[in-house]
Amino acid sequence: MNGAVDRSSKQAQFAAALLDPTQACPVGLRTWNDSDPVRRLAVYCNNVVSSLIAALADTFTVTRLLVGPDFFRAMAALFVRQNPPRTRILAHYGDDFAAFIDGFSPAAAMPYLPEMARLEFARMQACHAADAEPIAAGVLSAALGNPDELAGMRFEWHPSLRVIESPYAVVTLWAAHQTDDEIPSVQVDHAERAIVLRDALDVLVLPVAAGTACFVGRTLAGMAFGAAAAAAAEVDASFDLSATLSMLMRHGVLVSLRAPSTSCNSRTFS
Amino acid sequence: MNAGGARVGLSAGLPAGSGIGLKPQHFQEVLAVRPEICFFEVHAENYMVDGGPLHHYLGRIREHYALSLHGVGLSLGGDGPPDEAHLDRLARLIDRYEPASFSEHLAWSTHGDMFLNDLLPVAYDEATLAQVCRHIDRVQERLGLRMLLENPSTYVEFERSTMSEPTFLREVLRRTGCGLLLDVTNVHVSCTNHGRDPGTYLRELPLDAVGEVHLAGFARDADGAGDPLLIDSHGSAVDEAVWALYASVVTRLGAVPTLLERDHDVPSLATLLGEAARAQSLLARDREQPRLSSHRGGA
Repeated sequence: MNGAVDRSSKQAQFAAALLDPTQACPVGLRTWNDSDPVRRLAVYCNNVVSSLIAALADTFTVTRLLVGPDFFRAMAALFVRQNPPRTRILAHYGDDFAAFIDGFSPAAAMPYLPEMARLEFARMQACHAADAEPIAAGVLSAALGNPDELAGMRFEWHPSLRVIESPYAVVTLWAAHQTDDEIPSVQVDHAERAIVLRDALDVLVLPVAAGTACFVGRTLAGMAFGAAAAAAAEVDASFDLSATLSMLMRHGVLVSLRAPSTSCNSRTFS
Repeated sequence: MNAGGARVGLSAGLPAGSGIGLKPQHFQEVLAVRPEICFFEVHAENYMVDGGPLHHYLGRIREHYALSLHGVGLSLGGDGPPDEAHLDRLARLIDRYEPASFSEHLAWSTHGDMFLNDLLPVAYDEATLAQVCRHIDRVQERLGLRMLLENPSTYVEFERSTMSEPTFLREVLRRTGCGLLLDVTNVHVSCTNHGRDPGTYLRELPLDAVGEVHLAGFARDADGAGDPLLIDSHGSAVDEAVWALYASVVTRLGAVPTLLERDHDVPSLATLLGEAARAQSLLARDREQPRLSSHRGGA
């Protein structure tokens, strides 16, 4: 953050004019042929808004396919003007795009659209999340041999791991758009859940049952293993803990197990 | 790597041949084919992420090629000082990848905490000159290197400007000791947009401080008076007028590290390499002729 920013400075006026087409052209501009500077300023306005729309289109590819390029462009332009990036790293731009779409009335006929944007933003963050080595083989199975201790342990997951829980079938809808073939019609009026993770270099969106989503979500939030497994069994009678664990191990997203911390001592197994 | 090590790496400068921008869609082909190219350039901000495929591939490609790190988000011409968190991110990239060059723009792109993702123009007056020099001093001190500053493409000028762009650049270079990234396309674009002669512009620049040249395509528009307005788009092949201007720079300077920039409508790797080969042939032809001596890269 730059501490001393004068909101009335010439750059403040210039920045405001770039984002708001109704603003007056900044004063003090000069052109060699005395042509109207507004036409030239428009190049900067277009560069700013178009490049940021393009950045959003890179992240929200299926959201864009669902509404079509023209609708997306209009919607994204409004978002860009109201929510210019607060980061210089465009891979992180758009964390509030889903919330914006949620309140964007022309998209109200597609209530699953913000859910799709949430899924796509999660994918982008998973793609660029920090690398982490999976837990050594055998550590988890050794821990499983001591259920009393395991119940109190906390799981450290790969930084890419995220949970998606949607009242709409956005996971199926997203998967249907990962092909150049004709998109089959997708029945969207039912809830779906997925986990998003990076396995080696590939970002995966894996549909999961309610119990698995609950277990991963709770342990990601820091809940101990035993309590998270119990919560998962409560929301989903068919929750299969060992199948869930082996699926997560197969994708290499378990990084370490932490014994419950005492006042100044905690053990880590990795 | 420590900052001292990074300085050693940078002082060598880029190899005096042609390079291209490294694009994710070409990562695997680059590793498989290992094209004959002198260096790759990346935008620093694209690699300011924690992990994943971008770092995986850049690390592997860096094992085989020299790297130019080109920033687009430092906002050297901004009202406020360079963002320290952004400098920290740059320092981490420089430690990790040991680029042969770090460059940034004579422009601003942030206001407060808002990032506008464009290279916006500055007035060429004494107050701005002092401010830009302070910002570059801070960057060079924090990163422990001599950076290159790129001349901008601009579409408007400011009534309060009191000096020409080459005079402003010359003075920044003299006061800060930074080098020049000469974007030949920007020279052509800005001179066209402001009714100036590019040959005169180039003669006013301190060309002996050039550490790298950029070449890119531009788009054509018209201003309110119907005069040509060229837009620095990086989305097409290099124009013949820019090639001619580049040839005159090479004749004057000798072989110089030259980047073919393409950021939109990126074509096949082979097409990019073809453009780089054209630059390389101009550089090679020049090697056989006497030239002005120039020092570049090192401080």
